[in-house]
Amino acid sequence: MSNRLETVFCGVRLKNPVIPASGTFGYGREYESLYPLSKLGGISVKGTTLHRREGNPGPRVAETPSGMLNSVGLQNGGVDKFIEYELPNLRKSDIVVIANIAGSTVEECAELAARIDDTDVEMIELNISCPNVKQGGAAFGTDCTVAGAVTKAVREATKKPLMVKLSPNVTSITEIAKSVEANGADAVSLINTLLGMRIDIKTGRPILKNNVGGLSGPAVLPVAVRMVWQVANAVDIPVMGMGGIATWEDAVEIMMAGASAVQIGAAIFADPFAPIKIINGLEEYCKANNIDNISQIVGTVKPW
Amino acid sequence: MKPDEKSGFFLDNHFCFRYNRIRILIGSDDMFRQGEYRIVSKKNLAKGIYDIEILCPEVAEIAEAGQFVQATAEGFFLRRPISICDIDKDKGTIRLVFEIRGKGTEKLAELNCGDNIDLIAPLGKGFKKIGKNKKVICVGGGIGTPPMVSIAKEYGENATAISGFRNMAAVILQEDFKKMGARSVLCTDDGTVGRKGFVTDALRDEIKAEKPDIVYACGPMLMLKNVATICKENGIECQVSLEQRMACGVGACLVCVCKTVKDGEEFNSHVCKDGPVFDSEEVLFDE
Repeated sequence: MSNRLETVFCGVRLKNPVIPASGTFGYGREYESLYPLSKLGGISVKGTTLHRREGNPGPRVAETPSGMLNSVGLQNGGVDKFIEYELPNLRKSDIVVIANIAGSTVEECAELAARIDDTDVEMIELNISCPNVKQGGAAFGTDCTVAGAVTKAVREATKKPLMVKLSPNVTSITEIAKSVEANGADAVSLINTLLGMRIDIKTGRPILKNNVGGLSGPAVLPVAVRMVWQVANAVDIPVMGMGGIATWEDAVEIMMAGASAVQIGAAIFADPFAPIKIINGLEEYCKANNIDNISQIVGTVKPW
Repeated sequence: MKPDEKSGFFLDNHFCFRYNRIRILIGSDDMFRQGEYRIVSKKNLAKGIYDIEILCPEVAEIAEAGQFVQATAEGFFLRRPISICDIDKDKGTIRLVFEIRGKGTEKLAELNCGDNIDLIAPLGKGFKKIGKNKKVICVGGGIGTPPMVSIAKEYGENATAISGFRNMAAVILQEDFKKMGARSVLCTDDGTVGRKGFVTDALRDEIKAEKPDIVYACGPMLMLKNVATICKENGIECQVSLEQRMACGVGACLVCVCKTVKDGEEFNSHVCKDGPVFDSEEVLFDE
């Protein structure tokens, strides 16, 4: 493959700007049986907490028109397991690793960042937007002051490129983005899932045991495009766009809105090859349109 | 390379298959395929229950009794998990027997012989096999019966298949058990055919007559719980196949949770990768 897709994202060189999103690709182990991970631009690993978490009770998933709700609740083996067991396996592949961290308190977020700082992980994605946990998560990401304070604490704990993952469940995502930028974030990623709910009308019970959960899938793409566009225009740091991207056309769209790279999430469940097809599609798109490097399309939307 | 007309994707199947083959060479516990495969036969077994046979040699070759597939239902975002009913490694086919439960499975039921079906398969951990000369009992409740066909076949005449249905009209797969030489014990809730009552009553009687080396079961949670209790009381090993709402089907998204216990410690397992088959003693049937 040519270097038309090579992207430098806050100082980190990516072979291409296509990255499986946190929580949709585990730590890569499951999909290694279909294609080599080295084909991907990077991987944002499952949200990692300080200690092992068992997550929420099931059912944790409900289908929706063109999407799904989930309420996993950050089930993961904890940061030690990530560093000792998952990271060495990922290091067998030539792939950029983004550690997605989620703390219940500001101190926990900083401690997680410090732990990751001691590893060879290329980038940290601070999750302040998980809608499925009682502490931390979206509670951090829906208030400008708190979002800024968490970012600042994590910034002080690590020298690695720091990307903050933002929640769409806010009145103004640009205000949150500006606050994390002012407190030392090197990039922002958006959007996390939109809070939703479904009810089984036969039983009168919510389908999710957690009652509510995060909406993802093609249904949320327009919201993601809009928010990426707004945020890209409001901050000077790069934006990693995600939310409902299922095809290379969706990726081009969100990049035109202002995303320098993209993450692919729920689409992988429908088609595990979605990231590979998007990479191939972007390559063909560049070729067909005489684009030397995909970065040339970032933020090129011509608004009315 | 041109984008596929239907999906808009640049389909690069050579790429997919090339890497699949590499995987065969190096081998893996989590080996599965994704592809479109042809339906070579379709039968309507009972009201709302369909039996489709799919030509997929690369899947059939590695599939094990108790594993499942993730099938795409056109127009729906998530795939539908369906257990594998039967595997014919010589013909290179697998059989899926499924019930229309909602609009997605309704769409799958519209597929006909000659149509393609998009599968990720085979998935999950299948049934543990203990040797062909051992005596086994396979207990299927309703639409939990299909996975019992492939595991009973491993034991042939050493298998006893107990299956339970609401009534005569809902009975499926009895011929399959007979064909493989297994003894079939049929139960219906209303007694319209076979013995009247639950599979658990039949299981108690069978155990009393001759204690099996292992019991396999698939069906409603309450049935599984009772089967597990009966086996525990009689000191018989028991494996159960569970069901849960899924998304990825391969162990990446962690939505298909079930409560389990091992060495006294409770934790959440995932039906798609840790199961769907579990040792019954590991499952917490508290709900």
